[in-house]
Amino acid sequence: MPDTFFYAAEVMLNGLMAGVMYSLVALGFVLIFKASGIFNYAQGVLALFAALTLVGLQEGQIPFAHIINAIFGTDLHHFGWTLPAVVAIALTALVMVGIAIVIERYILKHLVNQEPIILFMATIGLAYFLEGLGDVMWGSDIKKLDVGLPQGISDTIEEVTYNWFGYGFFIDKLDIVAALVAAALVIALTLFSQYTKYGRALRAVADDHQAALSVGISLRFIWVLVWSIAGFVALVAGIMWGSKSGVQFSLSLIALKALPVLMLGGFTSIPGAIVGGLIIGMGEKLFEFAIGPMIGGATENWFAYVLALLFLVFRPQGLFGEKIIERV
Amino acid sequence: MTVQVTEGYTTADGRQIGGVMMEMKNITLRFGGVAAITNISFDIREGEIRAIIGPNGAGKSSMLNVISGFYVPQEGEVWFRGAKRPPMKPYQVATQGIARTFQNIALFEGMSVLDNIMTGRLTQMKSSLLSQAVWWGRAQAEETAHREKVEKIIDFLEIQHIRKTPVGRLPYGLKKRVELARALAAEPKLLLLDEPMAGMNVEEKEDMSRFILDVNDEFGTTIALIEHDMGVVMDLSDRVVVMDYGKKIGDGTPDEVRNNQAVIDAYLGVSHDE
Repeated sequence: MPDTFFYAAEVMLNGLMAGVMYSLVALGFVLIFKASGIFNYAQGVLALFAALTLVGLQEGQIPFAHIINAIFGTDLHHFGWTLPAVVAIALTALVMVGIAIVIERYILKHLVNQEPIILFMATIGLAYFLEGLGDVMWGSDIKKLDVGLPQGISDTIEEVTYNWFGYGFFIDKLDIVAALVAAALVIALTLFSQYTKYGRALRAVADDHQAALSVGISLRFIWVLVWSIAGFVALVAGIMWGSKSGVQFSLSLIALKALPVLMLGGFTSIPGAIVGGLIIGMGEKLFEFAIGPMIGGATENWFAYVLALLFLVFRPQGLFGEKIIERV
Repeated sequence: MTVQVTEGYTTADGRQIGGVMMEMKNITLRFGGVAAITNISFDIREGEIRAIIGPNGAGKSSMLNVISGFYVPQEGEVWFRGAKRPPMKPYQVATQGIARTFQNIALFEGMSVLDNIMTGRLTQMKSSLLSQAVWWGRAQAEETAHREKVEKIIDFLEIQHIRKTPVGRLPYGLKKRVELARALAAEPKLLLLDEPMAGMNVEEKEDMSRFILDVNDEFGTTIALIEHDMGVVMDLSDRVVVMDYGKKIGDGTPDEVRNNQAVIDAYLGVSHDE
C-alpha cells in the first residue's frame, strides 16, 4: 500500500488523540451544564488554575511570593521541598473542592432562580478572577509540568507497525495515556451517576429542583458536588495539557476549542463530549492534511468553528443533545 | 413522654387513632400584601387520614407547602411530634420523615420508574460519599437492601410492568402512581398528597383511593391530603379541615363538615336569609 495512505491514517490517529484533549475540557462543561443549566465559561480557567496549583505545590513554590516580597522586601520563592506527584495531585484535588465550596457559597447561592444569562455572566467574571488569582499566586511564567507520565514517540508502536505494514506510525505516548485516562474517566463518571445514591441525586437535581427537594436532596450540597467533580475533571485536563505543552496562560484558551466540540456533541451528553472532541480533533488534522496545502494552510485555527457553524444551521441540538420541543 | 399527649379516638370503622402528630398553631402566610393563609390552627393525629378541602384559591396547597417547608409562614408555629419545628428547608423536612406529592406531578422525567422511586430512599441511605465514590463496602450492600424495599413498593402499587420505562413516556394516571411510590419509598411518618386524584377518570380514582386506604392500613402511615372530589374526600378521610379565602371555616368528621352551614355556603355560594 502506498505511503500516503499510511501517512493519512497516522494523521487521523494523531487527530483522534488530540481530540481526546478537547474532550477532556468539554466533559467539564457538560457536567455542570447538565446538572444546573449553567454554561460554565470558567471551565478552561479551572483547568489552568488546577495545573498551576499542581506545579506550584509539587515544586514547593510559595504562593503570593511576589506580593509578599514586594511588601516585606524579602526574597522568598520556594519552600525548598519537592512533593511526590501523587501527593501534589491529591492536594490539588482538595484545592479544587475548596474552590467549588467557595463558588457555591459566594456566587451560586446568591444567584438562585436567576436567568441563565446572568449565571453565564457570573462564570465569565469567575474566569477572569481565577486567571488573575492564578497569576498572583503562582506567577505568570511558563512552567514545566512533569508528574511522571510517559512522553515522546512510542518506539514499540513504531516498530510493530513497521513490521506489519512497512510503515512506522509516530504516536506520542502521552496521547495514548490521555486517551486511556479519558476512557477511564468517562466510565467512572457513568458508573457514579448511574449506580450510586449521589449520582442519582445529581441526576434528580438536573431533572427537577422542586421534586429533588421533596425527596430530601440539599441543592447546595449537590452544587458543591458538581463543581468539585468538574474541578477534578479540570485537574485531569490540566495535567494532560500541561504535560503536553507546558503550563501557560494560553491554556485557558483551550476552553474555546471545547465550544465547537460541545456544539457538535450536544451540551447535555457525556458521550457527545467525547465523540465531538474526537471528530473535531480528527477533522482538523485531516482537513489540514488534505485541503490545507491547496488553500494556504493554517486551517486548524478555524476548521472547528466552521464545522460548529454548519451544525448550528442544520442540527442545532448537536449529535447527541436533547431536541428542544416547545409545546404551544 | 412527649409534651403533648392527647387522647386518641376511634373511627367509625373501628380504627384506633393516636395522639397529635403535627400541630399547626395560628399559621399566617402572606405573599407581599396578599394573605394566602390567615391565622389557621389544626392538628393531624397519628394514623389518621386528614383532608384539607376548599374552593379554588382557598390556600390549601399553600398550607401543604408550609407543612413540607416550601413556604415559611410569617406568623405561627409548626409542632411536629411534640417539638416546635424551627424554620426548615424542604430537604430537611424530608429527612424528618415527611414525604409529599405535588399537584402538578414533579417527577424526574428523564429517569426510569425504578430510579425515580430509588431517589425516595435517599433519606434512608447512610453510606458516605467516599464509600459511594469508590463503590466499596457499605455502599454496595446498601444499594441491594434498598432495591428490595423499592421492589416491595412497586409490587404494592402494581407498577411492575413499567419498572424500566422512562417516566416521561408514562400516561398521567401512572405518573401520579409513580409519584406516590417515590413518596412511599421514604417510609414517611406523614404523607402529604396534593390532589392525588386530580384529572383522573373514575376507574383511576377508585384505584388511587384503594391505594391510599391500603397505605394507611398496612403501613400505618398518617396521611394529609388535598382533594377536590367531595365524594372521594368524604369516603376516605377521618377528619376534614375546610378552608375558604385563606381562613378555616370548618373542622371535623365528614358528617359534621357536610352539615356545617358555612361550608355549604362556601361551596354553593348561597346567601342564606331564612
